[in-house]
Amino acid sequence: MSEAKTRSLLYLDGVTVSFDGFKALNALSVVIEPGEMRAIIGPNGAGKTTMMDVITGKTQPDEGTLFFEDEIDLSKRDEVDIAQLGIGRKFQKPTVFEQHSVRDNLELALSAPRGVFATLFARRSAEQDGRIEEVLATIRLGAKRDALAGSLSHGEKQWLEIGMLLAQDPKLLLIDEPAAGMTDAETAETARLLKEISKTRSVIVVEHDMVFVRALGVKVTVLHEGSVLAEGSLDHVSADPKVVEVYLGR
Amino acid sequence: MALLAGLLAWTAAALAQDGPKAGAEALRALVNALGTGGYSQTSDQISALAATGDPSVAPVLQALADGDLYVREADGAVFIAARAGKIYRLRDPLSGQDAGEAGRKDIDKIKVNNSLRRAIRAALGALTLQAGDPGQRLAAAQNLFKTRDPEALESLDAALAKESDPGVRAAMAEARAALVLLAPPDLSAGLAAVATIAARGDREALTLLKEAAAGQGEVAAAAARAAGDLSQILQVWDLGQNIWYGISLGSVLLLAAIGLSITFGVMGVINMAHGEMVMIGAYTTFAVQELIRTSAPWLFDYSLTFAIPLAFLISGTVGIAIERSVIRWLYGRPLETLLATWGLSLILQQAVRSIFGATNREVGNPSWMSGAFELGQLTITYNRMWIIAFALFVFALLMFVLRQTPLGLQMRAVTQNRQMASAMGIRTPWIDALTFGLGSGIAGIAGVALSQIGNVSPNLGQGYIIDSFMVVVFGGVGNLWGTLVGAFSLGVANKFLEPFAGAVLGKILVLVLIILFIQRYPRGLFAQKGRAVEA
Amino acid sequence: MITRRLFLGSDRLVLGFIVVIVVLGILVPVLHLALPESHAFHVPTYLVALSGKYLCFALLALALDLVWGFCGILSLGHGAFFGLGGYAMGMYLMRNIGTRGVYGHPVLPDFMVFLNWEQLPWYWHGFDHFWFAALMVVLVPGLLAFIFGWFAFSSRVTGVYLSIITQAMTFALMLAFFRNDMGFGGNNGLTDFKDLLGYSIQSPGVRAGLFAASALALAGALALCSAIVRSKLGKVLVAVRDAESRTRFLGYRVEHVKLFAFTVSAMLAGIAGALYVPQVGIINPGEFAPANSIEIVVWTAIGGRGTLAGPVLGAVLVNVGKSYFTAALPELWLFALGALFVGVTLFLPKGIVGTARAALAVRRERRRLAGCGQGQGGGEGPALPAASAQLAE
Repeated sequence: MSEAKTRSLLYLDGVTVSFDGFKALNALSVVIEPGEMRAIIGPNGAGKTTMMDVITGKTQPDEGTLFFEDEIDLSKRDEVDIAQLGIGRKFQKPTVFEQHSVRDNLELALSAPRGVFATLFARRSAEQDGRIEEVLATIRLGAKRDALAGSLSHGEKQWLEIGMLLAQDPKLLLIDEPAAGMTDAETAETARLLKEISKTRSVIVVEHDMVFVRALGVKVTVLHEGSVLAEGSLDHVSADPKVVEVYLGR
Repeated sequence: MALLAGLLAWTAAALAQDGPKAGAEALRALVNALGTGGYSQTSDQISALAATGDPSVAPVLQALADGDLYVREADGAVFIAARAGKIYRLRDPLSGQDAGEAGRKDIDKIKVNNSLRRAIRAALGALTLQAGDPGQRLAAAQNLFKTRDPEALESLDAALAKESDPGVRAAMAEARAALVLLAPPDLSAGLAAVATIAARGDREALTLLKEAAAGQGEVAAAAARAAGDLSQILQVWDLGQNIWYGISLGSVLLLAAIGLSITFGVMGVINMAHGEMVMIGAYTTFAVQELIRTSAPWLFDYSLTFAIPLAFLISGTVGIAIERSVIRWLYGRPLETLLATWGLSLILQQAVRSIFGATNREVGNPSWMSGAFELGQLTITYNRMWIIAFALFVFALLMFVLRQTPLGLQMRAVTQNRQMASAMGIRTPWIDALTFGLGSGIAGIAGVALSQIGNVSPNLGQGYIIDSFMVVVFGGVGNLWGTLVGAFSLGVANKFLEPFAGAVLGKILVLVLIILFIQRYPRGLFAQKGRAVEA
Repeated sequence: MITRRLFLGSDRLVLGFIVVIVVLGILVPVLHLALPESHAFHVPTYLVALSGKYLCFALLALALDLVWGFCGILSLGHGAFFGLGGYAMGMYLMRNIGTRGVYGHPVLPDFMVFLNWEQLPWYWHGFDHFWFAALMVVLVPGLLAFIFGWFAFSSRVTGVYLSIITQAMTFALMLAFFRNDMGFGGNNGLTDFKDLLGYSIQSPGVRAGLFAASALALAGALALCSAIVRSKLGKVLVAVRDAESRTRFLGYRVEHVKLFAFTVSAMLAGIAGALYVPQVGIINPGEFAPANSIEIVVWTAIGGRGTLAGPVLGAVLVNVGKSYFTAALPELWLFALGALFVGVTLFLPKGIVGTARAALAVRRERRRLAGCGQGQGGGEGPALPAASAQLAE
């Protein structure tokens, strides 16, 4: 146990969250290693989004321990602290700042002092401009840098949001259903983007789309009723009779 | 001075012995004597009149106290006079018959001061102690309890000996105890007086006991003990009275807020014109009563029976019209809805002002809603009691509509999942309009109730809108039970803070407390939990 | 350098407004003082006072725009900050009446003598100095906004809930100021002012000076708000308005950002109140009425929220209309105001300036598509200053 703890980036042990008696998470234990990309799958109500909420500080766990980089107890921190620690989150529904240009969206995300007066007197440096261009190139939105984010297509918004996470320069990225509502071409492009990102940082992807998960080709954790049902490669877990029952049995 | 008093006593004594004619003349002499002398003489004259025990003296003394008794300068005769333009109309003080008129310069008012007024009250009390009507005797005994005129002890004892009515006897015994208490003839009489007063058990008894406790000796000690016990009991009653006032205020808040808990709580529409729906209901009551007053006065006691359904219909219709014309374009934009409905509230207020005028209108209580009764030391007014019952009835009815009727089912379906409800064949726009109409209609009914406890003015609704929102938010949005609990707890909290902080400061305190509460629990008392809330 | 930062890249409309207001601020007092009354261009006293009042309202609407238009906080209690600023100024003016009051008491204002008060309450001390009063004009509203906002924002009260508790706040203040024993003159408020800085408040010089000060304050506030809005913080403000939780997950302390905007806005509202009171000669608890605060919202909405220039325009237009209506057709004013609320929300949600800008942007876009110019990605509202800011740098 303690051995696993010393090597982990994110360490969840026995995390339980209940809403009015209903246990959204039931003694969930997951460990993510530095540099790892992990896919989380599971039927509706399995607790995937609640897990994200707990990690990012939106929901407080009733029980259990949550550690980031072995030492930092996440259950005692709020969203802002956790974001500043280096955990970025992408929502299921793409949320970007629609009234800002693509470039401004990235500028806001860029890691820089976040205080009120620091931002009031902030001036953008050449280095930051370079960083923004870099991200724009990664998410392939360079041509639309001055367009309002609100005018982007659904897929482009998803990428912009991922780009914002990159600009944030986090150690761990949580991505909720990035392929939802995308065309096949966009899905493939997104998978490529995520693989590229995972070269430099840890990523947790929650996804329904099995084709997409297969395209990622990473270790998979299956959640069911708030706890881990199976873990391993996609082929391994899809052969597991328990998993088959959960997905097909009802 | 002493001579005069002796003379008066003699006349009074003569009056008691001589025949009716001589008696009447002597009485008139006593009355006319009021026109002479200063305050101290007048005091003796009042005592003498009272000593006659003749009931016909009562109106004379009453007129004296009211400052309506005049003496004619020409002959010193005393009259009751009423001003009529430049002259005064005179009446005979004893018989009450018309006695011609007099110019302003011809008569002088017989002046009285406060100590004389007290003396008159006491004298009147003694006079009526033996009146034929038990109600009058009771009033006299109760009056004597308050004035505690030691002179009246004799007449009181006499009356007490003759009294047969048990209620009046008890009141007289209490009055006697009050007279005796401060200067008891002996220890046992004093202790008995303390016991009698303590048994009375109200605030006046407490005041009296405290006064007695200030003295020396065993009676004072007993009074102090009794006062201590009594003040504890009274504190409990006070608590009860405060709770009652609180519940009463709570029922008003509930009525005002319950419609809002549908439009705001269930539909999520911020209706700043909600108060105006209440106001429209109140004006409906006014209009119905005006109509009844002019064309069918015998129906007055039933006016509310007509007003309630009419108010529901009118306010409901206005509500539906508002929903169809304005609010439906603004679903999902709560801040804009807030502004637009505020605008509507201004328009409605001004419209009512143009039709009915800007001044307050008074709406009458039907006879079964007037008056009050005592329950122990609680005073309970009928209109407040009926309003509490009515508020609970409306609440229950609304619960029934939402839970048990097809309309309620469809309403809940639409508010929970619009698309799904629409897919199931529910006509969502129609349900939206009806839900809004229901909330507004109930506000109209609330207006009928509110018209029974205050004046009706175009600004009536404004006073309730902030409170109503506080109740709904405090109770937890979308939860009718929360609104019920919220209304009554805010009502009671308000009334409990009032004695310490005063009415205005109490209200401010409650507002501040709610603001702090909302900031601590943004979702109110009965919050809906779960992740659906965050969406 | 600082002026360069303040003005460069400003929204052109805002710049235009600043210039016009500064010119008015110079021209009107000059025309009022220098020309004889018979002259065609003489500005009469009543007009100076009236337009000075409009400028104060414009400043108030601008203050609201900073929180509502850019940060999405619909405050229904800005009248409270305006009123507090006004009372702070009123207290200074009261203390300067000296022995010229009805009762001639050297220290106590008339209403205190009337209430048989023996001495000045502690919170009235210091208000005989102008600098102290001027400090309180910004500090008191700012402090209230800071404390209130700190509670509200850190417990994440948002949207209509926030609006309603701001309304409750001003309502509670109104009830409090109506009380005689609060020591602010109760019902009647503060009035019968005599001097401002030693000069009679009725004198043409003071009137002209107050007008110029109002114009200057408004122009300064426009420049300040425009600078805030164009800074990175301004972008964060808009981000909070459009996607609060996204901003939070990016690591911004949303409550601090809101608190900053709310407090600055309250201070501006306080200044507006302080300039308003000597020009109308009275301040009473009616200023705290919820209806007043919500009227400010309609000025801002009609001009166009999130545009800075719009609210200034809206406040002036609505109040000119109000002056006309209440004189000519008093019955109709509330109908007209009510209709304004409904009409703006239904038909002109972006307000005059916002709608005009959107129309302009559409035309520019069309031209760009037609002529294939290098265009700057048209937009409306807050995006425009941002875009032009980039061009300027």
